[in-house]
Amino acid sequence: MRVRVGHLYPDYLNIYADRGNIAVLTRRAILRGHELDVDAVGLGDALDSGAYDLLYIGGGQDREQALIAPDLATKSDALHAAVAGGAALLAVCGGYQLLGRVYRGRDGVVMPGAGVFPHETIAGETRMIGDVLLTCELDHGEQRELAGFENHAGRTLLDPGATPLGRVVYGFGNDGSSGMEGCRVANALGTYLHGPLLPRNPWLADWLLSRALAHAAGAAPPVLAPLPDELEAQAFRVSAERARRRGGRH
Amino acid sequence: MGIRLHLELGAARMAGALSRASGRGGGTTIPGKLLWRLDPGAVDVLARRLPGGIAVVSATNGKTTTTAMAAEILGHDRRLAWNRAGANLLSGIASALVAGRGAELGLFEVDEGALPEALARTRPRVVALANLFRDQLDRYGELEIVAERWRAAAAALPADVTLVVNADDAVVADLAGERQRTLRYGLDDPRHARPTLQHAADSKYCVRCGSPYEFAAAYVGHLGDYRCPACGHERPALDVAARSIELRGLWSSRFLLVTPQGAEEIELALPGLYNVYNAVAAASVSLALGASLEDIHAGLNRFSAAFGRFERVPVHGKSVVLLLIKNPAGANEVVRTLETGVPPVLVIALNDAIADGHDVSWIWDVDFEPLMARVGHVIATGDRAAELGLRLTYGGLPPERLEVVPSLERALDRGLGLVEAGTELIVLPTYTAMLALRKILVDRGMLRPYWEDRAA
Repeated sequence: MRVRVGHLYPDYLNIYADRGNIAVLTRRAILRGHELDVDAVGLGDALDSGAYDLLYIGGGQDREQALIAPDLATKSDALHAAVAGGAALLAVCGGYQLLGRVYRGRDGVVMPGAGVFPHETIAGETRMIGDVLLTCELDHGEQRELAGFENHAGRTLLDPGATPLGRVVYGFGNDGSSGMEGCRVANALGTYLHGPLLPRNPWLADWLLSRALAHAAGAAPPVLAPLPDELEAQAFRVSAERARRRGGRH
Repeated sequence: MGIRLHLELGAARMAGALSRASGRGGGTTIPGKLLWRLDPGAVDVLARRLPGGIAVVSATNGKTTTTAMAAEILGHDRRLAWNRAGANLLSGIASALVAGRGAELGLFEVDEGALPEALARTRPRVVALANLFRDQLDRYGELEIVAERWRAAAAALPADVTLVVNADDAVVADLAGERQRTLRYGLDDPRHARPTLQHAADSKYCVRCGSPYEFAAAYVGHLGDYRCPACGHERPALDVAARSIELRGLWSSRFLLVTPQGAEEIELALPGLYNVYNAVAAASVSLALGASLEDIHAGLNRFSAAFGRFERVPVHGKSVVLLLIKNPAGANEVVRTLETGVPPVLVIALNDAIADGHDVSWIWDVDFEPLMARVGHVIATGDRAAELGLRLTYGGLPPERLEVVPSLERALDRGLGLVEAGTELIVLPTYTAMLALRKILVDRGMLRPYWEDRAA
């Protein structure tokens, strides 16, 4: 099966390892006999809501975020329609912030977001930096752990009743106090966990891939054949241990 | 000097000697840490005493090497107070000032974050700002935050201070503004430009209007000859430049150093375009301090390597070559120097202590790919060996050519076991991995501890 991936603003939002996440999705698709076609969707490019099975938007600094924010607003309707149509989406750090309703940056800069996620973000005085461990339950009754790294000044406040990606076990999360991290709407996931998130959390890569395959085929999410993932498991263990030992505290 | 400072200095020097005597380390930062805690103002007083004044070098990459090169140029006819081992916070500068009794000139590399306070306290004659790359964002937040602090610090410099800036870095060059006393340096040899901007290139949008720059040449990361097609902002004219550059793999390089005082052919015993940048920066700092072109020529030609940056250590008929990697821009250049002679065996060591950066995601921004397709065997080691192994696997290294050995000592021995007699084992360590590997080599009597290196 051919999975169509739209990578939003890769020239601007790539602060850490966003291409690593794409590389993981590509390889895990190939190992199951599928193919990933990755398009860059940049400034001024039209976004067709039905064109992609998986959308990806990465992290950037305030400066780069400000450069793309006005363009992202023009893609808002297409993004809403894509998510409503069941496309998978992963938004990381800066991209996660900009897919909320609004981002209030430093020096009073206000950037309207695409509004895919029901949240608002306000830049704080101090940055929340460190290793993170989450527990997630994306599918009912299936508890999984996610290990990563966060580095953000923004405090993201979910609307009442909104669904987080996971619960913080160690680290700061969305705002450093609610115990929630990230956000989920249908098959769209947003998170502050930047860097090579998918290499050491292959189950999440497979979850996204399976949703994207479902979207491409117009069928239920397939069960993907397991892969050995030994190095992945080792990398996860070390990262989770770091979060336990030195994750962010408030 | 006041009696108080006199007593403080005595105590600080004794603490350094005790640290060395107990074998716990070089004691390079102990005296300064103590003095800094007792009396931060002592740094100001000691700095004022240097008759030849002070020069300060800051950058994301190359500050240790640039400062060491300037020390080689300037140190042959004057005594230096110099933080040679890379202790580049205020306490490290304090230590160098304490140790530099009778010094005439102060030469300090300064951490990017510590620059504003270092400038305020040491009141240098010459300030060199070489580059800003994404680096340890877990420590510094964002590149733009560091740039903002530099902007304020540069604007506050008195008019008689000479500012040396890398004209090839748009953000850094812009710090000089319309300042009279500015020396702008850069590279001028498009044959060595990269065909495209690297993945991790940082400051690629116009500092004035935000449009993407066009690069007539991109040399290292975003460093190069840039021009904004929208507003016309462009690289300023170079006062000091490297032309006719010749790179000789892992061994050396050669270039024509062009300065307002004339031109000289430089033979550098260091590899890579990034070291040409360091050499031109060091030449510019030395010129600003009044060195002759002759001294610059002699000093650069004499220079071998700065602490841990590029060291060749003989080990039983083989040698270990340590090439420090610490962020995408620096690591990309190290990878690039290896592309011409891909080693059969490579050890890459990734630690994640504070000095390395807790966040290891930067390894995904390094372009390991060209190397992974051709290298024989890679041993991934260090605290985050598995994470590194994954990165290399995704970079195209077949699993049968990868070994993941978290213990640095075992990885070093395994690597040495795999290379043939008379050849080199190339090791790319992050900062604390470099320190640990050096210690292993010192403990085996193959390398002298750094505090016994050349006396000042």
